[in-house]
Amino acid sequence: MSDGSYKAGVKEYRETYWEPDYTPKDTDFLACFKIIPQEGVPREEAAAAVAAESSTGTWTTVWTDLLTDLEYYKGRAYRVEEVPGDDQAFYAFIAYPIDLFEEGSVVNVFTSLVGNVFGFKAVRALRLEDLRIPLHYVMTCNGPPHGIEVERDIMNKYGRPMLGCTIKPKLGLSAKNYGRAVYECLRGGLDFTKDDENVNSQPFMRWRKRFDFVMEAIEKAERETGERKGHYLNVTAPTPEEMYKRAEYAKEIGAPIIMHDYLTGGFCANTGLAQWCHENGMLLHIHRAMHAVIDRNPNHGIHFRVLLKALRLSGGDHLHTGTVVGKLEGDRASTLGWIDLLRESFIKEDRSRGIFFDQDWGSMPGAFAVASGGIHVWHMPALVSIFGDNSVLQFGGGTLGHPWGNAAGACSNRVALEACVEARNQGRNLEREGKDILTKAAENCPELKIAMETWKEIKFEFDTVDKLDVQK
Amino acid sequence: MTDEVKNYTSTVGNADSRKFETFSYLPEMDADRLLKQVNYLIEKGFNPAIEHIEPENAFEHYWYMWKLPMFGERSANRILSEIEECHAANPGHHVRLVGYDNFAQSRGAEMVVKRGKAV
Repeated sequence: MSDGSYKAGVKEYRETYWEPDYTPKDTDFLACFKIIPQEGVPREEAAAAVAAESSTGTWTTVWTDLLTDLEYYKGRAYRVEEVPGDDQAFYAFIAYPIDLFEEGSVVNVFTSLVGNVFGFKAVRALRLEDLRIPLHYVMTCNGPPHGIEVERDIMNKYGRPMLGCTIKPKLGLSAKNYGRAVYECLRGGLDFTKDDENVNSQPFMRWRKRFDFVMEAIEKAERETGERKGHYLNVTAPTPEEMYKRAEYAKEIGAPIIMHDYLTGGFCANTGLAQWCHENGMLLHIHRAMHAVIDRNPNHGIHFRVLLKALRLSGGDHLHTGTVVGKLEGDRASTLGWIDLLRESFIKEDRSRGIFFDQDWGSMPGAFAVASGGIHVWHMPALVSIFGDNSVLQFGGGTLGHPWGNAAGACSNRVALEACVEARNQGRNLEREGKDILTKAAENCPELKIAMETWKEIKFEFDTVDKLDVQK
Repeated sequence: MTDEVKNYTSTVGNADSRKFETFSYLPEMDADRLLKQVNYLIEKGFNPAIEHIEPENAFEHYWYMWKLPMFGERSANRILSEIEECHAANPGHHVRLVGYDNFAQSRGAEMVVKRGKAV
């Protein structure tokens, strides 16, 4: 290409974009794609094609290629590997120079890496398994508005996971009835309640009245219990202007935390809102509606650990990460890997947890892992053991479905949580002794006793669709 | 399972409804349970500290420090005796045990270990 002559036509991608001798730089973005090529396409050619299409290349040579230094700007496929237990797919490792991406723009990074290339004919299926974001780039992003430690200080919650609950039914309540449900949960001992992601500003409950009634509920529950409380006010909106309007109002009435759906709302809106939260002292809870469309198919799409990294760059103080034990998808080792990617500063490559690269976040704050969906008091020992202190455990049905109401449900969850944390601190094995721990705690708490009788038999034991790749 | 719904008795007017964060939904700690939590702080390498406050001001972030944090203290007995001393000097106050985690720059543990009169 750089020999100075221009020859029109189609060249094999590997002539330009396959460089097995390349040593990645510390400043490179590194991607691991899982590729199933079209029949007859060699692995190196498919890998090079993905590198080309996600960086500088197009399907044919063009004379303007000669006006730039492609050696400096191109992405390079530098390694291919077998996928354990799969004879069709292979892993391709691709390095991208940092200059391909606008600073501080999750939008730009993903437009390149997972843009046109995913519809590319040379590959039958394509999945972005992991992405190493160089620390140089991390430093150009704002990341979580506050992070774990600051949120603990604001909310005054230490040495334990926090407790939340999504208000149900998720659609159809009036603002005042909705505030009632919030109040009952908070006075019973929860730290947070949450707008369901579907709740924005529908005809049955416009956002402003919801915010007003919820704030009254928070204030009363704080007076009553003497503890700090919050409710994730969902500011996800049709336009950025409307989103900021709702966020400003939440701040004006003294709410500590708001919420956004980062995939349906989009990375642009999310990054802007996260920066607004940083500047305005508001915590930001992040929901992930639409993620399963993107991350559930093991052969095509984007793995959740990459979507999670996108969120940590874009900004949020909480992110839903699955429960491992509840009603939604999630494999344990893989989940443990990505909650580390969300919370820790440096995470080492560990294939047994699906982590393909070392990831250094430097001083970027971490965010709380949120476990939500189909969980109840019987899951508490496993949840505390899996997620540890830096998590929010959210019991929706497991609070609101209590036979004596939300406050009793909240109280039973709080007692179960504290009993598990106390036992863990005593060195007891929660997953083995969980039943004893809860039974003992229930002796002093009739709310917990009845909760344990109500939910004893509920189990979710479907097999996980998206598993780690292992030799069968 | 009984069909009878039990009332949740918490009210703003009833001082017993007031809680104070971690472990306040469990029965007040006896000596044995407290010792185990003190040992947990020591094992985690947290720096123990003691704070106290009048129950009517418990919602505030800043409670009164009892002396200074006990940096590097490994003796459970020493920590327990400071708790007792603080309690004796401030009867009726809430007393809490803090475990400073200087790596996270946060509190790795915090719990009320002596409960003052509810207000």
